[in-house]
Parts: sequence; C-alpha cells; structure tokens
Amino acid sequence: MSYVVKNLSQGSRELIAFRIGNQEFCVSIMSVREIRGWTPATKMPHSPAYMMGVLNLRGAVLPIVDLAARLGMRPAEPTPRHVIIVAQVGRKIVGLLVDAVSDILTVTDENIQPVPEVSSEIERQFARGILAIDKRMICLVELEGLFPDHESEAA
Amino acid sequence: MDMNEIREIFFQECEEQLAELETGLLKLNDGDRDPETVNAVFRAVHSIKGGAGAFALDDLVAFAHVFETTLDCVRSGKLEPSQDVLKVMLKSADVLADLTNAARDGGTVDESRSRALVKELEALANGEQPAAHAAPEPVAAKPAVAAAPAPTDSSGFQPIPFSFDDFGGEEEEVLMVAPTYTVTFKPRAELFSKGNEAALLLRDLSRIGEMSIHCHTGDVPTLDRMDPEGSYLSWTISIKTEKGEEGIRSVFEFAEWDCELDIKLAEEAEADDERPMIPVPFDLSLLEDEPAIGDEPHVGMHVEPVVAAAVAAAETATGVMQAAAAASARAEKKEAPAASAAAQANAANAANAAGQTIRVDLDRVDRLINLVGELVINQAMLSQSVIENDNNGTSSINMGLEELQQLTREIQDSVMAIRAQPVKPVFQRMARTVREIADITGKSVRLITEGENTEVDKTVIDKLAEPLTHMIRNAVDHGLEMPEKRIAAGKNPEGTVRLTAKHRSGRIVIELTDDGAGINREKVRQKAIDNDLITADANLSDEEIDNLIFHAGFSTADKVSDLSGRGVGMDVVKRSIQALGGRISIQSKPGQGSTFSMSLPLTLAVLDGMVVTVAGQTLVVPLTAIVETLQPEAAAIHSFGATQRLISIRNSFCPLVDVGRILNFRAQQANPVEGVALLVESEGGGQRALMVDAIQGQRQVVIKSLEANYMHVPGIAAATILGDGRVALILDVDAVVGASRGQSLRQEMSLAS
Repeated sequence: MSYVVKNLSQGSRELIAFRIGNQEFCVSIMSVREIRGWTPATKMPHSPAYMMGVLNLRGAVLPIVDLAARLGMRPAEPTPRHVIIVAQVGRKIVGLLVDAVSDILTVTDENIQPVPEVSSEIERQFARGILAIDKRMICLVELEGLFPDHESEAA
Repeated sequence: MDMNEIREIFFQECEEQLAELETGLLKLNDGDRDPETVNAVFRAVHSIKGGAGAFALDDLVAFAHVFETTLDCVRSGKLEPSQDVLKVMLKSADVLADLTNAARDGGTVDESRSRALVKELEALANGEQPAAHAAPEPVAAKPAVAAAPAPTDSSGFQPIPFSFDDFGGEEEEVLMVAPTYTVTFKPRAELFSKGNEAALLLRDLSRIGEMSIHCHTGDVPTLDRMDPEGSYLSWTISIKTEKGEEGIRSVFEFAEWDCELDIKLAEEAEADDERPMIPVPFDLSLLEDEPAIGDEPHVGMHVEPVVAAAVAAAETATGVMQAAAAASARAEKKEAPAASAAAQANAANAANAAGQTIRVDLDRVDRLINLVGELVINQAMLSQSVIENDNNGTSSINMGLEELQQLTREIQDSVMAIRAQPVKPVFQRMARTVREIADITGKSVRLITEGENTEVDKTVIDKLAEPLTHMIRNAVDHGLEMPEKRIAAGKNPEGTVRLTAKHRSGRIVIELTDDGAGINREKVRQKAIDNDLITADANLSDEEIDNLIFHAGFSTADKVSDLSGRGVGMDVVKRSIQALGGRISIQSKPGQGSTFSMSLPLTLAVLDGMVVTVAGQTLVVPLTAIVETLQPEAAAIHSFGATQRLISIRNSFCPLVDVGRILNFRAQQANPVEGVALLVESEGGGQRALMVDAIQGQRQVVIKSLEANYMHVPGIAAATILGDGRVALILDVDAVVGASRGQSLRQEMSLAS
C-alpha cells in the first residue's frame, strides 16, 4: 500500500507494456499479478469468441481472454511463445493472452496524451491515453473498461 | 474485542444453551427424572437470562425469568414434570428461542403467544407454590420478574468498601418491619475455582437489607493439613430484608450449585436466640487480598478459641493487616489467594472433561480445505510425472511418493472432518416443527430421532433444514391420520414420525418414516390426471404414482391449510435435495405409512464424477445423476421428427441428447453408435440419454467455482482440476436436459416417457 502512496505522491506510475500483432499497449503494473506462458486452456461452451477458456492457476479457475480478439483485432493463434498476463480486474482475476511483454515503463501523468477523437466505439471503451516513447506509440488500456462488472455478473 | 463481538459470542452460546435446554426437556419428557437433567435445563435458561441481562435484553430476561421460576419449582420437587407441564415448557423453550433470535436479528415475536405462556408458566409455578411461601408476603414471582436479575448482573460487582461495625449488638433496638431470614452459606471448593468469591456474595447480600454475619471457623484444619484450595469456612447470616427468600436466592444465583445454601425465615428463631454462635462484628474488607484495605478502619475478629494454629495465625493477621504474610493470609481466608489459582486449575480440568473445542471462522476452514485440495491435485500431478519419467519403478522416489499420497489423503480426510458437524441441531429443530404442526392440526405426534450424531458437512446441514421441514410438515399434516381415525384403524392414537440418519457407503442417508395412512394412490392418480400431469389412460406402476408427488404443482391436500397444500411441497424438496447432489426416494404401504429416504453426499467440496470425453473436451458428469450407462446399438436408435432421436431401452423410448451439440462443442450431431449413452434422471423425473464420446473413468473431484473469476456458464455447474493439472468442466445435467427440451417443451414433458 505504501508503495502506491509513494508513487502517487511523486505523480509517476509504472506500466507494463505488451505487444499484440504490431501494436503496443500497456496496463498499470498494479493490476498485474503475474506473467506466465501459454498452456492449452479448457474450452468453455456458449462463450464469446474472445474467451479462450479456463486454465488452472494453482487451484483457481482462471478465464483466459484473447486480448487481440477482445480489442477487435484478428484472433490470436496461441503458441508456447505467447504470454498470459494474469491481471486483477475489479474483484476478479483474468488471464490476458498477448503476443509478448515488451517493457516496464515509468511515466508521469504529463507523458500521457489524451486519446484522439476516433469513431470506433471499442477503442473509446478501453483506451485511456497514448504514450509516445522512443518514437513508439503505446496505448494505455484500462482493463475495467474492457471487462465491466455488469458483463461478468450478467449471469 | 468490541461489544458486538461479545454480543455475537453471547448469541452463539445462547444457541448452545437452547439446544441443551431442548435436549433436557425432551429427556424429561421421555421420563428421565435425573436431577442432573433438571439442573442442566435450569442452568441453560439461567445462563441465557444472565447474559441477556448484561445486554439489557429486557424481553428475554423477563421471559427467561418466569420460565426459570417455574423450572425452579420442578427442580425443588414442588412441581411434578408431567407431560402437560413439559408441553408448556417445550413451548416456552420455543418462545425463548424466538426471543433470542428476535434479539439478535431484530424483528418481532408473537407477543400474545409469549404472554399466554408467561401466564401458563406462572400458573404452574404458583399452583403448587403458595404452601411454601405462606409465611412471607406473597412475593413469589411477580415483583421478582423485574427486580431479581438486576443486582447480580455485571454492574453489581463494584468494590464498595463498607464495614459491619454498626452491627455490634444492636439488633434488638431495630423494629422488625421486614422479615428476618437466617441464611446458612457454606461454599464448596468449586465455588472458588469458578471465580466466585464469598466476600463479594456477602457484600451483595448486605445490599438487600440489614444483616449480621457469623463466620464459622471450626472446620479450619491446622496449617500443615490444610488444602490451600479447599473450603473450610461457612457463614450464618441473619438478614432483614423485604425482598424475601427470592431476593436472597438471587444474590447467590450464580453460586448456588457450588455451595450449601439454606434460607429460613427466622423471626421467631431469632427471638428465641437459640443460635449456637455469638454475633461477631466482622469486617468484610478483610476478605480482600489487597494491601490497600489495610488502611481502612476495621474491627478485630473474635474467633472461637477451639481452633488451634490456623486461628492463631488468623488473629495475627487481623491485628496487623499489613503484616499478613502469604501463609497466614491463606490460613485465615484461603479463598482469595486460592481462588485464582484454583479457578485456573479447575477450569482446565473441567474443560478437559467436557472435550475442548474452539470456535473458528468458517472462512479459515474453507481456505484450509481449498489448500489441501490443491495439495491433493499437486501430489497427483507429481506422481504422474514421476511415473512417466521413471523407468525402474522401484526407486526411492516412488516409495516416498506413495507415502506422500497416503499422507495427503489423510490430511484431506481430517480437514473434511473439521467441517463435519452432527445433524443434531437440525433434528432438534424438527422436533419443534413437529410440536407446532401437531398443535395446529390437533394430532398427537411423537418424533423419534436416531443417529443424531451422524456427521456431515456443515453446508449440507445448513441446506438440509428447509427440505426436512417441508417433509416433516407433509408427514404430519398429510401422512398421519387424526387420532379417531387411527383408533378406528386399530393403531396407537399417537402417531409416530421417525427421523433417522446414518452413514452408508460414503454418503449420509436420512430417512423420514411415518406410520400414517400411506400414499392414497387413487387420489394421487386422479389429481395428476386433473392437473394434466398424466393422461387418464396412462398405465403407471405404484412406484411411479408415488413419485408423482414430486411433481411441481402437485398437492393432494383437499384444502390449502396454513401448513401445506400450496403445491410448493415435494417438488421443491426434491429440487433442493438434488441441488445438494442427493437423491430422494419414497416407499409407501397403504395403511402402514410412508418412508422418504434421502441420500446425500458427506461434503459439497468434493463430488463423485464420471470423467467423459465430448468432442475432444474432458467433462465431469456428477455420478448422482447417472442411472446407468450403455453402448447404443444402431437398431435401438430411432429418428423422431426432423432432428430428434430416441433410444429404446428395454422397450421404453428415451430422447437422446448430444452433449457436444448442446454445449456447442460441435456443429453436427455425433453418431450415437460411436459414443456412449449416459442414462440420467433429471429434475422432473424424466430420463434422458446423454451422448458422450467416451468414458475415461470415475473419480472424486474437488469442486472449483467458475463464478469466482468468470461467470455462470449455462450447462456447466462448476469446474474442477484433474490429475494432469488441466481444468475440466462439471456438467450441469439438469440444465443440459432442460436445454434439450427447450423452455416451451417443458410443460408437455411428463412421466409419460
């Protein structure tokens, strides 16, 4: 807890950057629990296309989301080189399948540029800002926007 | 620890006391006249009253007090605990439970009921009491209701220094306005070991009236023969009080079992002055073991010279209080120093005797159970990979693994046992249900319970109460006949309902038997026809007719009563039993009664499942749902309409359900001949043949929630982790069957299959 407080007081935060296809995204490091390799998941019936299934995470049943499909891009074809980011979203834990984890960034709020006006609904739903680092564009993703509570509790 | 926690503990204890109370009353009802049973019952009510007083739960205190007064009459033999008396008492126990619940959760209690019972109790208490209370004004029950508990409650124990200096010899000059009582108080060693102190009791006593005290030291042995934790002193107290015997008793109410207490109305006796002791002025503050008291003025203590060494020491102590060394202080008044040490020692002994228990938060136990579940899975994974990588199977690693396997299994069993609780509390609740329904219906019913100590997982117990209540109601309301009818049928007018629990092959079997009329099959059949559950010409076996009562919207009661007959009875029961992974069945013999038997898993954390393969996926089907498995032959498969297929099993046709299709694992229906059919029985009694590709085997699986991190998935009940570490889904058989017939088909579906 004190760690968070310290970071906030300095106005900087740490982000984990990852790659999907040729795009880069990042999420707050505080929501990431662990990063692990891909293992085949158990398929779930009647699930959305981006839902890859469930994995055993030391006894907990962990749903795996193909983040590429969730963001409206071409669905991933998972290989052992793919990576699962285990993240806390709200009160639940989900695994996000991405191509690779690329970086840990320390940024201040000034580094984050607002999202430009785009027409696509889906980008607006999750994008919270854009970072320009080393001439790369990294999109800051808010996971709560991707998995709103009402969706997971719809049942 | 804040007040709420203490309150919570109080209510937990209340529950235990109420259970104790009911057990005791039922024992008395069965003819047990052991004074210890009466005492236990009395103590239970008394403890509730005491605790309730501390929390200012006035309703509870008032009712408990009246109850207690009546119980006291039973205890002292003034009131014979006949069946009628016990009926009132059992009802009072119910009201007491209601009041306790109301105090905890808010809400109200039927006041008229409790008031009526208070009257009945008072009548019982007074009915035989007046003779005993002839001498003092009739102070018996009524004024004491409010007054009695007050002085003894926690707030009453503030140390107020006072002395009895004035009491020298001036009794004569006081006008005898209030009656004088002679109280003989002889504490036993247990009194001190329980943390009571004679000095405080005497001090409390002094508050209800003027009194003089005489200490008998004749029994004090010499120092070398003295047991430091023993009790040698006794007191004779002469007290003038308007509170009556009742008031005096209330002072000693928490110590009554651990002392000899004799209270006599002593007006004449005192006038004659036949007491063997001479009044001695006596400073109670000496009883305190605190040096500070030494500063206060006190009078010397005159002791009869009969006592030898110990008294010499005592006199030294009274003369020079500050110099009271440990030894002499102990010799003089052993209770103070001895009390604490003895209390600890004896408390420990008492606890050992009673079997030690601790209260643990259920969450912690669950976490432990989860972790052990992981351990078991991990152990299985480890064994598997060792076996795969090890060519010579005799290595020491294998030996160690075997031992590990045994250990983990033992740990799992022990941990599961933590959650296991006897079914007794539920059964006791049923006793109450039976009483209430018997009362309303005017039937005379006896509930016999067996195997109350059979243990089963706490969650199962919690979920068992509701269906059991339903069934008991049905048994008494519909099953048993009215007394006149029973006599006419040559039966005992008192109906018997038997509730038994036993373990059988890893499950708990609960049976509910009544000796009533049995199921009226003709009536059930007619009703089913009226409700369009079956066609008028349907040919049903007796067993099938009996099972009709589990159908939704079915009730044979001619009119809707308060108790049952709303048609939410047995189908709800069946569903909740099935939700627990159990099965329910019924046997009925006309004129002799019916037996419902429920077979339930011992725990909800693990499940016996059949591991099957469907479209390349591994699924687990709960074993409880499966009736039989069979390999379909091409000749047995019949197409029915465009997409439906039926399988004929021993000349009856059963719809085939392709699990892979329902769960959307494949686009086309699989060829039934290549798979295996699982004949399942689902909610509503209908049978379906579930098609799977292959059966892998049977095993116990640890149930994992899907909802925790994801959401509920239609057709899937939960998940589990198999030995290879993969997640497997547990099939929700009812949902799959439901989906196979669709919502609109549901009404048409009947036993006609």
